[in-house]
Amino acid sequence: MQNILEQIGIENYIYLSVLLFCIGAFGVLYRRNAIIMFMSIEIMLNAVNLLLVAFSTYHQDAQGQVFVFFSMAVAAAEVAVGLSILVSIFRNTGSIDIDNLKNLKG
Amino acid sequence: MEKNLALVLVLAPFFGFLANIFFGKKAGKGFVGLLGTLSILISFFATTYFFMQIQSTGKPIEVKLFPWIALESFQIDMSFLLDQLSVLWLLFVTGIGTLIHMYSISYMHDDENMHKFFAYLNLFVFFMITLVMGSNLLVMFIGWEGVGLCSYLLIGFWYKNQDYNDAAKKAFIMNRVGDLGLLIGIFILAYVFGSLDYHLIARDIFSQELSATDSALISIAALCLFIGATGKSAQIPLYTWLPDAMAGPTPVSALIHAATMVTAGIFMVTRLNFVFDLAPNVQTIIAVIGAGTAIVAAAIGLVQNDIKKVLAYSTVSQLGLMFLALGLGAYEVAVFHVITHAFFKACLFLGSGSVIHALHGEQDMRNMGGLKKVMPITFWTMMISTLAISGIFPFAGFWSKDEILMTAFHGNTILWVVGSIASIMTAFYMFRLMYLTFFNDFRGTEHQKKHLHESPALITIPLVILAILAAVGGLISLPGNSWLNHYLAPLFHKAHEAHHLDGTAYMLMGIATVGALVGIGMAYAKYLKKQEVPEQDSEITGIAKVLYNKFYVDEAYEMLIVNPLYKLSHFFRKYIETAVSELLFGLGKVTNSIGNQGKLVQNGSVGVYLFAFVLGLSSILIYLFLV
Repeated sequence: MQNILEQIGIENYIYLSVLLFCIGAFGVLYRRNAIIMFMSIEIMLNAVNLLLVAFSTYHQDAQGQVFVFFSMAVAAAEVAVGLSILVSIFRNTGSIDIDNLKNLKG
Repeated sequence: MEKNLALVLVLAPFFGFLANIFFGKKAGKGFVGLLGTLSILISFFATTYFFMQIQSTGKPIEVKLFPWIALESFQIDMSFLLDQLSVLWLLFVTGIGTLIHMYSISYMHDDENMHKFFAYLNLFVFFMITLVMGSNLLVMFIGWEGVGLCSYLLIGFWYKNQDYNDAAKKAFIMNRVGDLGLLIGIFILAYVFGSLDYHLIARDIFSQELSATDSALISIAALCLFIGATGKSAQIPLYTWLPDAMAGPTPVSALIHAATMVTAGIFMVTRLNFVFDLAPNVQTIIAVIGAGTAIVAAAIGLVQNDIKKVLAYSTVSQLGLMFLALGLGAYEVAVFHVITHAFFKACLFLGSGSVIHALHGEQDMRNMGGLKKVMPITFWTMMISTLAISGIFPFAGFWSKDEILMTAFHGNTILWVVGSIASIMTAFYMFRLMYLTFFNDFRGTEHQKKHLHESPALITIPLVILAILAAVGGLISLPGNSWLNHYLAPLFHKAHEAHHLDGTAYMLMGIATVGALVGIGMAYAKYLKKQEVPEQDSEITGIAKVLYNKFYVDEAYEMLIVNPLYKLSHFFRKYIETAVSELLFGLGKVTNSIGNQGKLVQNGSVGVYLFAFVLGLSSILIYLFLV
């Protein structure tokens, strides 16, 4: 493990994570298709996971890795719920364009 | 064993109440009447047992249920005290209660809400028992308030008539005024003695020298307690609710507003005699107010035409005589008169109920007359009670009233004169009532005349029993050899000098009898010889008009207290309340308009929400990095 970090410095992991996170954030902001937004959210999530794993290795502490496992398990559950909501939105409105969902206003 | 029996005594009427209120309507009228009467009868039997017990051992029985309020230095138990006084009171409360329940089975049979009537009546007896049996002032207060509630419910029993509702409210509110006095008295006693238990207060009073402040406080407490008694027992200035309380069904008038509840004030003063003994000034006030009430109410009673109103004023007047005795420190004499009065006044009320029943609700004596032949049992029982209340030898009232007058004679001659005049008036108006109701010719409508009848056995049996008691009730306390005084002796700590049967006593008896005969004679001459019938309301003039309108006391209260209160309420409603509510509404409107602007942010577009979210996150991050 140690030699991976020796080959590629920790700062590169940070750059990648930030890049991935920004890609995810902009995806969420720009795209109107709910599934793509969903995927963008997953990218953001995984960017954070990556950072966690990297630092876990860097500090030689397994806690971060364990934490990522939990985070991924929760993400899987969340995906199941989110997708089922999307299915039901599609059934009701015939589209998954989020601009159509404006009923929840004050 | 004794604890359980005491619980049965208290709770039997309460279970009667629960059963009647929840299942009475479905179970039918026969069940309601039977259950209501039996539950009181059980209490009566339990009381009889305790009476025998105390009669033989002479030791009071204290039943502790549980500590109710327990503080470090102050404890109030939920506990009952069965001693000479409370058992005596219970005997006639439950005894007369049983008779009146029995009477009501027939009297209320045509009423659609009979189950409610019996439920309230049972509840009343339950609270009355609590009042009498409580071993401290707070338990007594529960009963005190409870009987007030039941009185309210039963006065307004025929709630479809607005006048009756008003009478009920009047009774409740006037009692509340008195109750406030009672509560303050209780608080002062709790402050001075650190306890509300009768025994502990008595022990404190006798075991230690009281400081000057304490004595002053006790005097104030006694005065406050007496104000409570004036409310419940209808004395000046709070007596006007009792005549109006006659709006309730007649059995209620007999049980609550003649025999039992209105004697609660006398019970309380007797119970706390050691407190009142410490306040001679208050005792003087009690005696004066008692005598004043006796004569004022008797004077008003002279000209009333409603049969129940006459009896109501007579009750107020007799209660006044009892307070006269209390004020002179002759507690056992007052108790004696309470008992005899309970017998003959209950009988008179039930008799008047029997008459009203026969005349289909007619209460005006100007439309009665000649009922002697059709209603012989009602007539004779009422006659005996009338003789008793007028103080004719040897009926019960003679002995008790004579004792009061004798006490008054030895105490203060003016009080004696006032009491004697009240007694003469009593004889007059009672015989006026009898002559107008039962003698001469019938003055009602033809329709009523056809349906005149003697009441059924359920009504006449209680009448007969009460009439017998009214005739022989005096035996319990004959002058010179009084069983009652001997029985009650352990309660009173100040030795009371017994009146010997000497020349003065015989002279006083003679004067009282002659006075009563004068009153009867006047009534005889006016209403039987000349066959006069009281004028119609509009034709009444002079003093009679003042009396007929009850000295305009109600009008004065209306003007001095009720109307200013109304005006004040209107003022508060119109200005203060409006100002406060405008202020609050204004605040509400401001919040509302802010909210209306703010809700535009929530436009429902997911894109905007997300943008706001990312913007917020970014600004937090930037802030964290920069600072």
